[in-house]
Amino acid sequence: MKRRTFLASSAAMAGIAATGAPAFAQDDPLKIGFIYVGPVGDMGWSYQHDQGRQAIEAEYGDKIQTKFIESVPEGPDAERALTSLALEGHELIFATSFGYMDSVINVAAKFPNVKFEHCTGYKRAENVGTYDARFYQGRAIQGTIAGRMTKSNKIGYIGSFPIPEVIQGINAAYIHAKKVNPDVQISVVWAYTWFDPAKEADAAAALIADGVDVILQHTDSTAPQAKAQEAGNVITFGQASDMSNFAPKPRVSSTIDNWAPYYKGRVAAALEGSWKADATWGGIDSGMVKIGEITDAVPAEVKQEAEALIEAIRSGSYHPFTGPLKKQDGSDWLAEGEVADDATLAGLNFYVEGISAEIPG
Amino acid sequence: MIGGIDIVTLIAMLMTASTPVLLAATGELVVERSGVLNLGVEGMMIMGAIGGFAAAVATGSPVAGFAAAALSGVVMALLFGLLTQIFLSNQVATGLALTLFGLGLSALLGKSFEGVRPPATGKIDFGPLSDLPVLGRILFSHDWVVYLSLALCAATWAFLKFTRAGLILKAVGENHDAAHALGYRVIAMRFAALAFGGALAGIGGAYLSLVRVPQWTEGMTAGAGWIALAIVVFASWRPERALIGSYLFGGITALQLQLQAAGYSIPVHLLSMAPYLVTIVALVLLSMTHRHGAQAGPGSLGKSFHASR
Repeated sequence: MKRRTFLASSAAMAGIAATGAPAFAQDDPLKIGFIYVGPVGDMGWSYQHDQGRQAIEAEYGDKIQTKFIESVPEGPDAERALTSLALEGHELIFATSFGYMDSVINVAAKFPNVKFEHCTGYKRAENVGTYDARFYQGRAIQGTIAGRMTKSNKIGYIGSFPIPEVIQGINAAYIHAKKVNPDVQISVVWAYTWFDPAKEADAAAALIADGVDVILQHTDSTAPQAKAQEAGNVITFGQASDMSNFAPKPRVSSTIDNWAPYYKGRVAAALEGSWKADATWGGIDSGMVKIGEITDAVPAEVKQEAEALIEAIRSGSYHPFTGPLKKQDGSDWLAEGEVADDATLAGLNFYVEGISAEIPG
Repeated sequence: MIGGIDIVTLIAMLMTASTPVLLAATGELVVERSGVLNLGVEGMMIMGAIGGFAAAVATGSPVAGFAAAALSGVVMALLFGLLTQIFLSNQVATGLALTLFGLGLSALLGKSFEGVRPPATGKIDFGPLSDLPVLGRILFSHDWVVYLSLALCAATWAFLKFTRAGLILKAVGENHDAAHALGYRVIAMRFAALAFGGALAGIGGAYLSLVRVPQWTEGMTAGAGWIALAIVVFASWRPERALIGSYLFGGITALQLQLQAAGYSIPVHLLSMAPYLVTIVALVLLSMTHRHGAQAGPGSLGKSFHASR
């Protein structure tokens, strides 16, 4: 294709996107697109986003029309998927994985009249908002239970990628496990995937071989639960979804991502025309983070302790990152009573003191 | 224990991790020895994974599951055979299509099996043998599919080396026109090899969904079929080397996770690429040892055969 014809056709395309779509939007339902990093049947992260999508369909019925593309790899494929959704006339597009960030920004620049929402990212634009949940609040609860429940004093953590969101979780889990059990140690295994059941199973097996009896995970499948069940004396937590299939043991509680309230609010704003690109970081208080049932495998007094912590975080009287806390290298981070600010947490790139592992570069 | 890594656990883990790839590689090796290049291993594996899972859940019997998995693989392989051997379609393109077809169909069939738990596949009870120090954990602590995979690999080695049928299979793969001129039935031999390869790939896939993970999730083979194809080349089409190759790949995977659990900070990506580097080095060495730089692959590999020519 000659450069001139290419430019002309892309200008025409942008023209359609800029002027055409809103004109139709008066009568037609609002078209909303989603891209998921895993299959909707992962029973974890993508499943939960799809629950949110189904919730807005139930809420708004004929006024909207949704479409999702599942198992979209991060990178160029994401850019293609987003572009095709935009070209098909979707006016509000949710991109639901951290690694879609640059793709969203690139595509959003080409379609100024399409509203984009990026989950867990930090880059924003005129038409790109971000939203995230304070998963570390759930990790604090899990850490408390883990610290009380471990007999080997070794807890394991399956990390996906060394990004701030995951590092927040490791730190929060460790800080709260340490609070109730000063002898506790944490081993971290990086899987470098959000979703690969075989690899997650192997990572769980490696941790169990290393002597851990509690496994926390920041990957999306239930494979670690299956491995823990096989081992018999290992407990786990549901990640993103409840994973209650594995209750009462090995899964003893869970952190559930609850996107439905957020999605409903954003769709309402888009329908009314009051949608603005902004940043949302909701926690237990706003319902975006839910704690799944703590099962009877957990002793009553530990359960009470965990529930008290949930309440303290919900009411805002306690923040999981409250000083005194030092960084891994021994330097000061938070003074007594000081609370970490959101900007620091959003870019968190260090472990707290006491974790012996290193963050891979 | 060496440097915080429990070697016994590592070896036991790598045997489990390598079994699907070993099964698929052994099957594909026979297929390629017969002169057919089937790039659809991944597709056959994933169909075995869902077919085996569905049958095991429906009947409650893992054995029935593995049988159904083998059958699923065979059906896929026969489809490939029909297209490439009867209708003479291009083997590379058809194999790639088979993979994509298998990935899509398995995702469709598997929708209702998400979140379901399969019946447990039993470990073989070796009695006092499994209490032996070191050897007990390594050799006598596995489920029966691990031993089946080793037995099948050994049987394939013996078949190719010692039997008349094995010689004919190799002849067909080396030069199908000559084999045909001698009166051997090229197409029938290739169909048999394809069915064997499909069955093993299917069992390998089911090992993932029934034992290693165990659950069904879309796309769960995650490239194991492609690694199996790479191992066939690494093994220069010999079963005993396929065993080494599979355990090397599985071993590095298990090792890198264990190193991390033990607190080492070796860059994960270095280890992940190690098996591929070894494959490339092995290939270079192989082509140097063969005169004129020729590859060790069967002469008719990937070529269509038609008796009229």
